[in-house]
Amino acid sequence: MHLTIEFGGGLELLCQSVKIHHVDVDMKPGEDKLAMRDLLSWVQTNLIKERPEMFMKDDHVRPGVLVLINDCDWELSGQLDTLLEEKDVIVFISTLHGG
Amino acid sequence: MASNGGDASSIIREIERLKTEKSDIESRISILQAQLNETQIGPNGCDLSSLSPSSSPLPSRYDAASEHGLTPDMIHRYSRHLLLPSFGVDAQSRLLKSSILVVGAGGLGSPALLYLAACGVGRLGIVDNDVVELNNMHRQIIHTEAYIGQSKVKSAAAACRAINSTVELVEHREALLATNALDIVSKYDVVIDATDNAPSRYMINDCCVVLGKPLVSGAAVGLEGQLTVYNHNGGPCYRCLFPTPPPTTACQRCSDSGVLGVVPGVIGCLQALEAIKVASAIGEPLCERMLLFDALAARIRIVKIRGRSLQCDVCGENATLTRQLFQDFDYEKFTQTPVSSMTRPKLNLLPENARISTKEYKERVLNGEPHVLVDVRPSHHYKITALPKSLNIPLSSLEGQLPMISSALQELQEGNNLGSGSHPSLYVVCRRGNDSQRAVQYLHKMGFASARDIIGGLESWAQDADPNFPTY
Repeated sequence: MHLTIEFGGGLELLCQSVKIHHVDVDMKPGEDKLAMRDLLSWVQTNLIKERPEMFMKDDHVRPGVLVLINDCDWELSGQLDTLLEEKDVIVFISTLHGG
Repeated sequence: MASNGGDASSIIREIERLKTEKSDIESRISILQAQLNETQIGPNGCDLSSLSPSSSPLPSRYDAASEHGLTPDMIHRYSRHLLLPSFGVDAQSRLLKSSILVVGAGGLGSPALLYLAACGVGRLGIVDNDVVELNNMHRQIIHTEAYIGQSKVKSAAAACRAINSTVELVEHREALLATNALDIVSKYDVVIDATDNAPSRYMINDCCVVLGKPLVSGAAVGLEGQLTVYNHNGGPCYRCLFPTPPPTTACQRCSDSGVLGVVPGVIGCLQALEAIKVASAIGEPLCERMLLFDALAARIRIVKIRGRSLQCDVCGENATLTRQLFQDFDYEKFTQTPVSSMTRPKLNLLPENARISTKEYKERVLNGEPHVLVDVRPSHHYKITALPKSLNIPLSSLEGQLPMISSALQELQEGNNLGSGSHPSLYVVCRRGNDSQRAVQYLHKMGFASARDIIGGLESWAQDADPNFPTY
């Protein structure tokens, strides 16, 4: 499945400062849908190069990270259970506190 | 000719001087005129100008004006607002009756305050307990060099008064804390969060929820900014989005990560805009949406965020936050972060004999002690300034660069004909003395038993050993 994955708010530092990643995620045999739960572990394995604890905590994104699927908060689409579709854009953004 | 030339230039100078004087006098006249116009409308709207002998027989004080309460000077000053069909006198007079509190007179607060003063908010409050510093000036554009070392609130209020003397400015020269926040915030209609740390953000949010105030929240670090309006129109509060505080290491500060001055400038302007919309009840405020600004990529993205959470600890269905609970809540403990970066805890990883003060290090340098100095700051820090003859090996790449340290030590050993019993020393330095301790700890583990940390890093060096060394 072809997806665009973006990092912002400092999370890009975990993947060598690359913000936008165009990726192909292999599907499990016989399945044509990918859940966010599966994508998180795929991202953790394939894109996060350092300090993985700054991206995930247990099986969830760490506190302070907003997850957006096609510019929509993933809380509105079912969080970990959200099913992704071809060409979806997923953004992981860390909340900022400075000013 | 020479004397004529001298005369001409002194005449020109005199003309310039008089012109400046003239414009000063003109501006004083216009301020006094404004005050006069204010007093000519009595407290119950009755027009006192007809009592004046110079008043014309025309039906004075324009009937419409008594309805919206705008004086002729206000009409003139805000005319471009009044000309907007979607704003007009109604929104302007609501704005003139409104009060806005700006928490933080820094990078976000500076432009927000300038626009809010200019646009005619009735009462404008500023809270901050910082003083203006030279390294604020590139982004905190409300402050001028003359105010370095003075209260940011005093400086910001003076700048606002210079722009619009008709706005009531309230100076709160103190930090906004859970203990005084209810008192201060309750006096305003809208709150702008222009602070720079996580505990303040949670505290301001909770205070706004307790008091039912809309919160215009902005943030900026590096080359990115974020903006949203919380606790308004049934939308979420900050805790609906971020119920659990992030780990301390995820909270970047401008003083560590840097910030391009104009980035908080853009977000601060947008905060002023949202506050004006909320206070004057026009348009669609940025509720249940968040604006994400990426300055480097020149991209602004507005995303849809969740609504109010029924499970929210402070604004949800079973929330129990009372005034008393709020006042007693320890926000620094909750977020594991101090409000001020000045009070950050000191790391203490090493035994005393593995550390050396900057004064002692200076003596050793002056005595010509053969040594290797490793600077473990990132390379872009090293480019700003560094101690002479130091070797830059950033902490993140230390693991792969150990042979470089070995060969530098080896070279010194041979060059100085040191006997086998005597070895060159190895010192490690960083900006503030934290990363250098982590590096020494690692070096000890990897067999560099003599490695020692320079206590307090380059900041200490500048303070105690070389006052001319630049700080950043």
